[in-house]
Amino acid sequence: MGGATSRRRVDPAVAWAFGCIVLVLVVGSLYSRSFLSPEYLLQQLKVASFLGVIATGAMIVILLGQIDLSVPWVVAVGGMMSTAATGWGPLGEAMAIPVGIGCGIVLGLVSGAGVALLRLPSMVVTLAVNAVAQGLMVVHTGGFSPQASSSPAMRFLATGDTLLGIPNALVVWAVVGAAAIFLLTRTTFGRTVYAIGNRERAAYLSGARTGAVVIAAFAIAGGLSAFGGVLLAGYASKAAQAMGDPYLLPAIAAVVLGGTSILGGRGNYLGTVAGVILITLLQSILSVMQIEEFGRHVIYGVVIIAMLLIYGRGQKHSD
Amino acid sequence: MSGDIRYWLRENKGTLFALAAFVAMFALYVANHPAGLNANVAQTAANKGTILAIVAMAQTLVVLTSGIDLSVGMVMVLANCLASHIVVGTPLSATLGVLAVLGVGALCGAINAMIVIFGRLQPIVTTIATGAIYYGAALALRPVPGGDVNAALADAVTGQIGGVFPASLLLLLALVVLVWWPFRRSVVGRAVYAVGSSEVAAYMSGVPIRRAKFVAYTLSGLLASMAGLFVTFVTYSGEASAANGGTYTLYSIAAVVLGGVSLFGGSGSAIGAIFGALMFRTIGDLLFVFNVEPLWQPLFQGAVLMAAVCLGSLRLLRIRNRLELYG
Repeated sequence: MGGATSRRRVDPAVAWAFGCIVLVLVVGSLYSRSFLSPEYLLQQLKVASFLGVIATGAMIVILLGQIDLSVPWVVAVGGMMSTAATGWGPLGEAMAIPVGIGCGIVLGLVSGAGVALLRLPSMVVTLAVNAVAQGLMVVHTGGFSPQASSSPAMRFLATGDTLLGIPNALVVWAVVGAAAIFLLTRTTFGRTVYAIGNRERAAYLSGARTGAVVIAAFAIAGGLSAFGGVLLAGYASKAAQAMGDPYLLPAIAAVVLGGTSILGGRGNYLGTVAGVILITLLQSILSVMQIEEFGRHVIYGVVIIAMLLIYGRGQKHSD
Repeated sequence: MSGDIRYWLRENKGTLFALAAFVAMFALYVANHPAGLNANVAQTAANKGTILAIVAMAQTLVVLTSGIDLSVGMVMVLANCLASHIVVGTPLSATLGVLAVLGVGALCGAINAMIVIFGRLQPIVTTIATGAIYYGAALALRPVPGGDVNAALADAVTGQIGGVFPASLLLLLALVVLVWWPFRRSVVGRAVYAVGSSEVAAYMSGVPIRRAKFVAYTLSGLLASMAGLFVTFVTYSGEASAANGGTYTLYSIAAVVLGGVSLFGGSGSAIGAIFGALMFRTIGDLLFVFNVEPLWQPLFQGAVLMAAVCLGSLRLLRIRNRLELYG
């Protein structure tokens, strides 16, 4: 799987995901022409950027065959620490973004160490890290949404548009995405991530530095989740309790809809891009169509199941 | 004979550890409670613990097959909303309502099972998606919190027996004796453990894999709906709260781990998960009696969870060959 063959021809899962995006848009345009307008699409891409940055980290961890359940509160840590740093004065304001991302990286390192060194299941380690991050933030903020607002730089990245009307958030996602593609396909780190996802034992026996790669992958994921939180805080100009909660499941769903195997070792970044756009469009169009909230949840779930049944099925025992 | 006991001890190490930790914590709690151990203290503690304990049992069944059910919390919320509509009125209609709620819970579990077995999708993504569907259904039933429940039934289940013993603990005991033990001893129960240990080996040995998974997921849905019923009995109303569903799902995984059930499947017991859940709940109560500021409670809970999770790495000390690390 993957490797040389997939580089030459298009992964069917990615083609399916992009096909579904077109389908969603066509169905939406039957309802209203404005779904095809450049303004609407650009706006959606901007909203998708936040999920895109977070899903990039989720994807790297899933490629390892692990899962990161610490997304909700690492996102909140990113948002809250960056806004808190903004309140520390001019130096803090300048360092707001690095501080937010740095806190996420530290939490990611803890998760990675638990998985790589203590050999614990990532599901519980990241769950515990999520609980600790929540505890730290509740103590830090006093349980209320913090009053500190985001720095101008954060607002610039999340809401501005400098380049020909293209939103800065989209540019940020493009840069993060390009870096992820380079990292995953052109570096030893990336090849090791895929190798570990396929069979960690074989990767270890081949002399790959599996421990360091796992820790680094979790640190990157933590940093990206926190960066997502920084952007979200810039977008809303404030951080909030539970601001990361709506991002855990969509991030995982986007990665899986993009054809990345939840068991690890297989998937490419283009699929994740498609998955993120698809989920964002689906959520947006369903809410614009004024379908009631319960209907949105049901359709959302049914579409994910239906799409995965089409192309995301596992192998039979007899195969 | 002593070999049997040693084997039994090793098999139930996780459960016994959870039991001991819970007893120690609860003793500490009661010793420091201003009112000591009276019927009311026990009743409140039991009612709080029972909901999570039942959800943890539900999670255990799926985890034993080496799957994971991220929809348990949402099935619980759905059952809560449904119960606030139909578990009302005369004793007969309330009873029928209870049966209907349990039936819907089992149906939710069966849908998960069908998608996992015949759709061959991974349990984790399947239950993320079905969880959204079940939550949507709950929201349709209860767009705003409200509703009612048969008060006599609710008070009977959440009250005290003979003014002393919390009824909810009896319910928990009944679930263990009437659901868990028969399941554990049945052919299907053994098949569930076999599937969780090694699905390929189970398949090669002719173990009924599909039936095992179907029963595990369906029973899990049934138990989750029972937890939802209990929520209704405690709150006298229904609420489609996504936060509640998500929290209970995550806590159920924590309880399962604290209870010594292996997330890789094939090892552990629902009894351990029950004590894991009760232990997790007691942590919060402990902070209360020691006058720790409520603000520090989540951090303390997280730290305890982290410490308990790290205990799992003690097995590394016994490993002689580094390759065993990479299973």
